[in-house]
Amino acid sequence: MSSRNEILKRVRAAQPTLIPMPADLTSTAAGDVHKFTEVLQGIGGRVVLMEPDEEVPQKLKELFPSANRVVSSIRSLEAFFLHDHAQLDHHSLEDVDIAVIEAQFGVAENGAVWVTEQDTIIRVLPFIAEHLVVLLDKASFVADMHQAYQRVAYDAYGFGVFIAGPSKTADIEQSLVLGAHGPKSMTILVRS
Amino acid sequence: MQSSRDNHSTLAERFNKDEARVSWHDQTLWWIRQKRDKAAWSLGEEWEGLRSQASQIKAHTLSNLSGYLEEFEANAIANGAIVHWAADAKEHNEIVHKILQDNKVTQLVKSKSMLTEECHLNPYLETHGIDVVDTDLGERIVQLANEAPSHIVLPCIHWKKEEIGELFHKHLATPAGNADPSFLTNAARIHLRDKFLTRRVAITGVNFAIAETGEFVVCTNEGNADMGAHLSDVHIACMGIEKLIPLRRHLGVFLRLLARSATGQPVTTYSSHFRKPRQGQQLHIVLVDNGRSQQLAKEDFRNSLKCIRCGACFNTCPVYRRSGGHSYHTAVAGPIGSILAPNLDMKQYADLPFASTLCGSCTNVCPVKIDIHDQLYKWRQVLTKEGYSPKTKTVAMKTMAATLSKPGLFSFAGKWARRIMRIAPWLVNNKMNPWYKQRNMPAAPKQSFTEWYKTNRNKDKK
Ligand code: SF4
Repeated sequence: MSSRNEILKRVRAAQPTLIPMPADLTSTAAGDVHKFTEVLQGIGGRVVLMEPDEEVPQKLKELFPSANRVVSSIRSLEAFFLHDHAQLDHHSLEDVDIAVIEAQFGVAENGAVWVTEQDTIIRVLPFIAEHLVVLLDKASFVADMHQAYQRVAYDAYGFGVFIAGPSKTADIEQSLVLGAHGPKSMTILVRS
Repeated sequence: MQSSRDNHSTLAERFNKDEARVSWHDQTLWWIRQKRDKAAWSLGEEWEGLRSQASQIKAHTLSNLSGYLEEFEANAIANGAIVHWAADAKEHNEIVHKILQDNKVTQLVKSKSMLTEECHLNPYLETHGIDVVDTDLGERIVQLANEAPSHIVLPCIHWKKEEIGELFHKHLATPAGNADPSFLTNAARIHLRDKFLTRRVAITGVNFAIAETGEFVVCTNEGNADMGAHLSDVHIACMGIEKLIPLRRHLGVFLRLLARSATGQPVTTYSSHFRKPRQGQQLHIVLVDNGRSQQLAKEDFRNSLKCIRCGACFNTCPVYRRSGGHSYHTAVAGPIGSILAPNLDMKQYADLPFASTLCGSCTNVCPVKIDIHDQLYKWRQVLTKEGYSPKTKTVAMKTMAATLSKPGLFSFAGKWARRIMRIAPWLVNNKMNPWYKQRNMPAAPKQSFTEWYKTNRNKDKK
């Protein structure tokens, strides 16, 4: 705490007279799954549209036939749900092949989905798994980040994150490699 | 690491010895600049509006920075974070060290933070027996090589894959001769995953801090900040006081600009909003001044504090692309670094504002509309007045300033210069002229533009 008052004093003396805050930028464009799909594919993710009669567990088996450990933060996915999440050592998720979570909405302009701690229960879950699967409703798309923040402007989350595609790096001679530290793939299951 | 006494032109000269490498470096960065253009243009007319908006939000924030800092602190504390204030680099490093001591920890993981580079945190902690592992792949590469990052977004942009293969062979026991980027990335993934799983403390940087909510946002593509922070018992976030923005919804503006400007992506893979510590976790936020309040007081240079560290001005800069990041001998290189560094030490960094052609390309790409090249020009005036400017450039610049201020003299000098370039080019292309280094003078035209214009205008009239 020692330097707090000194810094604030210096900043107060240095800052210019108040410049007004600009009015917000707004947008009225509509977000849709097509634009979202196109953008997400461009950054290494994929979108799978589910038929009304399809079930998530079957779909997972179809998409990831060799997966061993599948876990989920979605209660209705009984077989995968992390029932012991309250006692679980989060490090033990290290060998998860597929994490299945639900997102609140997707952003068409950049292929990102918004997820909070309430959705993942365990913060590290969408980062530590080898592959990430995200459930999203077909109606849950906004056009851009302005609309996205209108939706979450006053949410009281402890942790929230926009996720756009698999973890990646291009640090070695600008060659794109998917799966830097987090998931090597990201699949969005869109329910109609 | 090079000695800090070498100036930009000496270091650039060294980098320029390997011509093929310079061309490769130049072209790689230009390619990223082009990706940025595509991403920006894809938003059409919205782009310029976003830049103005971001610039205005930052201008507003800086004009009430003290108020926003207090608001941020109060909200962060209410969220359960512990807030620290550091007047300078030394205090920042001591605060971090104290947190480690209190938690009896001697090992940690760290994601990208240019602030900790600026404060030289790694060497400080290492002398106190702390093992720091940088987890961003590019940063890990330069760390293993005992180097500093050469670019704020692309830390090892100056490294060839074969060299990285060799480095990994030595440190991570990968097979000799394997330089495949996927293979090497996977080797690093395995190596660093072990660190994430075993380190109890994680340090992250901060891209934006929100006064309204006391939360902060960290943007990465690799997911390393999240792996570190969410698996740690103690999360320490280090930030400069200029990272603040007033409202959460302002993030919409900045996140639309940041990744597009940096790498041409529509957004980074992860934009993580840390508001409260995880249950049972400690969250520390270290607010660092280190010269920022001093820069804020300088009307001419205040705007440099708007910087969101996207790196676009590096990628577009003809000098940066051809001289490499290490030639700037400071943590934040490139055009913006050349404005920030002299604020900290005029004498040591007097050469940097001169490491520019003042072409203005940096100003054109900057997502928060910092008048970068104007500020570089202003620094030159300040440094020349204070007697710090590099000697050879001073003479040449004084001549240029005198010539440019007198149109008659300008056209007279031009006429003679063109004649000299045809008859005796070596008079210009010599070692006394610092502008000639690594450049070839083009053949001089017979006519100047003014002469051409006069003749042709008269032709039109006839
Ligand atoms: S000065 Fe502008 S272009 Fe350069 S890094 Fe900062 S925000 Fe980006």
